[in-house]
Amino acid sequence: MSKQEPLSPATDAIGRLVQEFSRLPGIGPKSAQRITFYLLRAPEERARALAEAITSLKQRVNLCSVCCNVTENDPCAICRDSRRDSTMICIVEQPQDVIAIEHTGAYRGLYHVLHGAISPSEGVGADSIRVKDLLNRLKNTTVREVILATNTNTEGEQTAMYLAQLITPLGIRVTRLARGLPFGTELEYADDVTLTRALEGRQEF
Amino acid sequence: MPEEREYRTEAIVIRKTKLGEADSIITFFTPHRGRIQGFAKSLRKPKSKLAGHLELLTYSQVSFARGRNIDTITGAQTIDAFLPLRNNLWLSSCGLYVAELVYHFTPEGQENFTLFRLTLDTLRRLCRGEDTEVSLRFFELHLAEGAGYRPELDTCVNCRSALAETTNFFSPQAGGMLCPSCRQMQPTGFPVSPAAQGIMRHLQRAEYPAIPATGIDPESLHEVEKISGAYLKYLLEKDVRSAAWLEMLKKSLG
Repeated sequence: MSKQEPLSPATDAIGRLVQEFSRLPGIGPKSAQRITFYLLRAPEERARALAEAITSLKQRVNLCSVCCNVTENDPCAICRDSRRDSTMICIVEQPQDVIAIEHTGAYRGLYHVLHGAISPSEGVGADSIRVKDLLNRLKNTTVREVILATNTNTEGEQTAMYLAQLITPLGIRVTRLARGLPFGTELEYADDVTLTRALEGRQEF
Repeated sequence: MPEEREYRTEAIVIRKTKLGEADSIITFFTPHRGRIQGFAKSLRKPKSKLAGHLELLTYSQVSFARGRNIDTITGAQTIDAFLPLRNNLWLSSCGLYVAELVYHFTPEGQENFTLFRLTLDTLRRLCRGEDTEVSLRFFELHLAEGAGYRPELDTCVNCRSALAETTNFFSPQAGGMLCPSCRQMQPTGFPVSPAAQGIMRHLQRAEYPAIPATGIDPESLHEVEKISGAYLKYLLEKDVRSAAWLEMLKKSLG
């Protein structure tokens, strides 16, 4: 189900841009054409702003040397913020997960971004994600709790179990985000694993 | 099989591939349709009704609607989620190893009920906490057999004479054991101790073996692991990726 590339590479400016856009996720050849013609008709500043934004994305965004999140300034704003609780680290798979948790406003600790999850059959082991950076970070720190917030699919669970095994001996409290029923859903559709965990993790009302 | 517009089958999820923003392509191993694929729309959204029933290593009843390129999954209900595998890193890794091997050893759409039974039994054995090394070696040998590559362990594959109770040699290329004199003419294969040969023959017997009260010597079992791993790698013409992960875990778990 891969996208069809044109047989001969486009050489003219319009064709080239259509081709570039159609490489983007979720954009097919028709949408690529629509965006291209929109830009052609748009004022020049708008096109220039887009080009400049793309260039600076690649030039200015790097990984934070502390939490491995994407950032323009190293260390990132979250790591630099002295009001945050530096005794807690929340471990997530992707930078997008930080945005999701930050959006809740319910967490005031720090993060660590792994940039992936262990997937043995895809050949992604512990060395392919940012585990070493995490362990180095946990040595000689005041961190008292690590929250494992990897996805609840098989890869995420594997990663969480593996990290728990590495971190527990360091004398740091290891917790896992609660797994159970998502808000706004119906019980009858829940699967066995979710329901079992929801029962195990039930709380006083 | 007649081309019905909708169909339903029991299936074990052996692989998941992300597609687009929130969709997935799922590969199943089924009792009567062999390895099949299905398209699951919006599976990766938190409110997906099907996600939990279509997670890797889940045994489910799955409904499909025929599509032009790929069939769409319209429903799924868990039969067995193999819960003990979910809470144990080693066991879930063993399960993923089984799934990866099944994926590579089965052609698409070809019924292989024996192999399906073997896969289901192996996952259940892992859940019951039976010796994982024995379960996996049994699985590997019978997987090769089920796929049409039963290794010859009783006679020399070259001269057809019965093997003596001595160190013989396993040659992946020849598909079985070579006696010491044939080995000299074909310098391929690994030396296999008489104890390891005994374990391999014991495991190759059709029924899941009762482990002797004295247990199986771990060193000889490790020898079998190396031989069977090399055989599978030869048959696949590539590395089994999750085998490397199991090896790494074994070292770190001690």
